[in-house]
Amino acid sequence: MDFFHSLILVLDSTVRLSIPLLLAALAGLYSERSGVFDIGLEGKMLAGAFAAGAAAAVTGSAWAGLGAAMLISVFLALVHGFASITNRGNQIVSGVAINFIAAGSTIILGQAWFRQGGRTPSLPGDARFGAIELPFAEAVRDVPILGEIYSELISGHSLLTYAAFLLVPFTWWVLFRTRFGLRLRAVGENPAAVDTAGVSVSWLRYRAVICTGILTGMAGTYLSLAQNAGFVKDMTAGRGFIALAALIFAKWKPVPVMFACLLFGFLDAFAIRIQGTPLPLVGQVPVQFMQALPYILTVVLLAGFIGKAVPPRAGGVPYVKER
Amino acid sequence: MSAPYAKLPAWADYGLIPLINLAVAFLVAGLVVMLVGENPFRAAAILVEGALGRGQNIAYTLYYATSFIFTGLAVAVAFHCSLFNIGGEGQAYVGGLGVAVVCLAFDSILPWWVVFPLAILGAALFGAAWAFIPAYFQARRGSHIVITTIMFNFIAASLMVYLLVNVLKPAGAQAPQTRNFLEGGQLPKLNWVLEAMGFSIRSAPFNLSFLLALLAAFLVWVLIWRTRLGYEIRMRGFSPKAARYAGVSETKIIIITMLISGALAGMMALNPVMGDQNRLQIDFVTGAGFVGIAVALMGRSHPAGIVPAAILFGMLYQGGAELAFEMPNISRDMIVIIQGLVILFAGALEHMFRPSIQALFASLSPRSAGVEAQQGEGG
Repeated sequence: MDFFHSLILVLDSTVRLSIPLLLAALAGLYSERSGVFDIGLEGKMLAGAFAAGAAAAVTGSAWAGLGAAMLISVFLALVHGFASITNRGNQIVSGVAINFIAAGSTIILGQAWFRQGGRTPSLPGDARFGAIELPFAEAVRDVPILGEIYSELISGHSLLTYAAFLLVPFTWWVLFRTRFGLRLRAVGENPAAVDTAGVSVSWLRYRAVICTGILTGMAGTYLSLAQNAGFVKDMTAGRGFIALAALIFAKWKPVPVMFACLLFGFLDAFAIRIQGTPLPLVGQVPVQFMQALPYILTVVLLAGFIGKAVPPRAGGVPYVKER
Repeated sequence: MSAPYAKLPAWADYGLIPLINLAVAFLVAGLVVMLVGENPFRAAAILVEGALGRGQNIAYTLYYATSFIFTGLAVAVAFHCSLFNIGGEGQAYVGGLGVAVVCLAFDSILPWWVVFPLAILGAALFGAAWAFIPAYFQARRGSHIVITTIMFNFIAASLMVYLLVNVLKPAGAQAPQTRNFLEGGQLPKLNWVLEAMGFSIRSAPFNLSFLLALLAAFLVWVLIWRTRLGYEIRMRGFSPKAARYAGVSETKIIIITMLISGALAGMMALNPVMGDQNRLQIDFVTGAGFVGIAVALMGRSHPAGIVPAAILFGMLYQGGAELAFEMPNISRDMIVIIQGLVILFAGALEHMFRPSIQALFASLSPRSAGVEAQQGEGG
């Protein structure tokens, strides 16, 4: 029973830790499927987290925070779109630029506006997305196994958590069951064909990066308004890149993206849990190794040792209409 | 590059357009300064004064510039092969390990001028080794070098923390760093050069590796534009198909280019580790690997552009530190914004002003608009 209880706790923190990854990875999914590589997920998420923290601190409303986060993330996504779609610039370079601009400006603006060393003020409960108790969570707590799973693992997360999980089937539906999704995937594989069919490649890609902006805004909001009570400088701490890794790991497919994010979240939760205790067979595992594991796994996967990750064919290539 | 744009005169291509892009980047940075309620012109004046005002400041500016020359060259060499090496940060970090291993082994028995070449070798070897795996995977297994090098930055960070905490830290010490190097592991300072020019310097970390950086810049120029290997690198970068047709082994060129790139990034570690701190400590790279991207883009991947670009970023680093004193609203993170804006405008948006400048040139003198534009008029 004790083992079961700690398993539930680890799984519970797995869910918490994987939500920002999931939202960011789904965000990247839209952009990359349309042929726009985005290594600026990290920066957009960071800017979103800051905007959410700042707006919620000023207005006292979590929803205003979410709105501000989405606005600023969409703005940065449009900058990326302007550089890589309209100006046909290098998409990697543009993503790197956005990461730096976000990293620098969140600290500078945070310090100038709130004077707390780059933090935003600590938020009270109603300016955050708090835990939602699902119905009967308390009542069934004592039911063995199922009751604990329901009340500890499934209940008691924030609205954004449930939204993130709902976005997985929704994204699948959009990409694989709507006309927009079909065109979006087509424009990532063969933009010339889409252009020939009379559909604007640019407008499609712009819509894709706007979706990316909205979702990275949500990911940032989760960090500063659900997981924490305010923005802390550099709080994304490389999660945007882990999300990117998860996206590649899942071969740009929505449902596998969820499992990849849960896996990386689990590694993180597990590492925190076993810190300092030796494992059977392997002995003590250094914390640093566990932290590096998602990156190592991604490198191994990319090298084609576990299946092959093939990116969208037109990814990273600006579309030039022939004259 | 096969950009779908007509030709401009060379001076406009290599002088005017980069200058305009840079000016716009600084203009936007000025807007950010205004947004936090400070005067951007005063900020710029303090920054320049802080970077060049006194001998002390110049020495610091050149100290930072040294690191950026190395990382800028590293990114540029890879650019010529159309590879984007974002892993400079990790390669420099691991390069520091190479420096530390050499210094810790020999600093008590050999003088610095024997240890220095060995340390260069160590830094280059370790940096190149860290670039080798991403290069091999790109060349042989097709995994994208950008993603792999990003992942290797994180892996390097974890590895170095592990090594510093568990292996390199002297027993009983608290801070995760190596012991201090003895005299044999310390590079001589170059402050006397500035003092000979009439400046006064109390203490500054400006050291011999600056000369090594200049030498490296010259050698990169020789390599890229004056050797067969450099020709093959540029050919692969310009058109992989043409290179393959000409019988250039793509695998070989990718791996060699990345080894050179990683070695240059690794050599950056000489400057802080052997030239200043005289020990290996956590996070000594402090973003210099990423600054290299901005420096390479700004310098248009040419050593003659990279050295001044690196000095400009050295000024920003040093001046930014002074700025943080004078204007409490502006911390050194302002540099990160400027860095991002330079990468955006000089890199991703480099063609933004080109059409309007072309139109301007065409209206001033139709002949200067080049061959393609004339064809357009004819047809």
